[in-house]
Amino acid sequence: MSIKQPLVTMKGRKDGLVLVMDDTCAYEALLHELKEKLSVNQQLYKEGPVTSVKVQVGNRYISESQRSELMAIIRSFDHLKVDDIWSNVLTREEFETEKSKEKIVSVARIIRSGQVLSVEGDLLLIGDVNPGGVVSATGNIFVLGALRGIASAGTPGNEQNSVIAASIMKPTQLKIGRIISRTAEEPANEMKNDHVLECAYVDLSVGKIVIDRLQAVLKKSHLSLLLKMP
Amino acid sequence: MGEAIVITSGKGGVGKTTTSANIGTVLALQGKKVCLVDTDIGLRNLDVVMGLENRIIYDLVDVTCGRCKLSQALVKDKRFDCLNLLPAAQTTDKNSVAPDEMKKIVDELKADFDYVIIDCPAGIERGFQNAVAGADHAIVVTTPEISSVRDADRVIGLLEQEKKITPPRLVINRIRQHMIKNGGMLDIDEIMNILAIDLLGIVLDDDDVISFSNKGEPIALDPSSKAAQAYRNIGRRILGETVPLMVIEEKSGFFHRFKSLLGMR
Repeated sequence: MSIKQPLVTMKGRKDGLVLVMDDTCAYEALLHELKEKLSVNQQLYKEGPVTSVKVQVGNRYISESQRSELMAIIRSFDHLKVDDIWSNVLTREEFETEKSKEKIVSVARIIRSGQVLSVEGDLLLIGDVNPGGVVSATGNIFVLGALRGIASAGTPGNEQNSVIAASIMKPTQLKIGRIISRTAEEPANEMKNDHVLECAYVDLSVGKIVIDRLQAVLKKSHLSLLLKMP
Repeated sequence: MGEAIVITSGKGGVGKTTTSANIGTVLALQGKKVCLVDTDIGLRNLDVVMGLENRIIYDLVDVTCGRCKLSQALVKDKRFDCLNLLPAAQTTDKNSVAPDEMKKIVDELKADFDYVIIDCPAGIERGFQNAVAGADHAIVVTTPEISSVRDADRVIGLLEQEKKITPPRLVINRIRQHMIKNGGMLDIDEIMNILAIDLLGIVLDDDDVISFSNKGEPIALDPSSKAAQAYRNIGRRILGETVPLMVIEEKSGFFHRFKSLLGMR
């Protein structure tokens, strides 16, 4: 029989340790070996600053409690912190929720006063949102038309990932995650002819919603929308 | 088989009843058999505006309760034989009629008349549902005020959910040209931008409309008035004619473009 492969392989990288775990053995055996490996090699990381650890569990599904168990074991050693636990496997449920966050729902109609349109994922609305109408999406909102009503994008705590864009940006209220803004109390100048596509996003440095030309927003690299570009 | 048209607005006081009375009158002027139906139970006005209050014997609620036949409740207009009014009851409220009862009555009227014009009460509750129940088409009345446009938008949204009603058309009422000129009032382009439905007609604000109403005469009968002209145009458009919009001012604008579109300038 060939040499037995270790269940846990430790690799040193510039940015910390990587623990590669066998995905065919029993979970208990894995825990056992992990503890052993970490205590045996303590001298490797005991000196010096805190080392970050990335765990790769391969094709093994790690439940939430197992995940915290792994983290607790690693943390119990001094000078180690867990950066990430990476698994190739998702439950179907997790996948579906992730997928619904990714999809773009396109709707072609006018959202009139008193009507509410809310979707999971991104919303592409072809038409207007009239005053008194509400659109909401867990992702981004793109309006090909005039946004004169209320738009609510993103989810609480995830403010920096969502934007609201509209061909004509005249909203009564904008909401991205937990942050709300309303337009300045200026007389409505509906007949402005020099339309540019405007985009609202959360500027984390001020913690407020900012409206800018889309071209200017494109330079903000932190926005997830722009990271998806090929 | 005739058509039933509901005249609605959401907001009160924008001129639904006046518009109903005048559209009914101009259609009758064109020789059509018309029945006006007042669904504003408890706050009826259409009979007063038409000057027919003293001729009412039975009303809408009497019909639904079976106290009389539908034909007995119809009031014949004093000017046109082909124009009739089904008055609302004044002594009860909107909950005394259900939408399907209303639909039955309108369907029955459609068999006898070319046009059934349904005057809708303000609001979007039971009275609105009653008025809309039997309608095939809808006309939304608005004025160039932000509150009235907002309510019209809401009502258009509700009408669009009614599958059997054709897309609503818009009448902009009480236009004051000097106020539009100095920017104190929304102009027609702005309203059309927001509401985005077909424009059936525009009616200028005219003091005579009020004095005629008080006399119990529809303004449409006075051909010298600009409002009457507007209602006649609306009537012709309902009958399917293509009539250009009235010019409210000589300046370039919506009307100029509209007219040049029709090759009139």
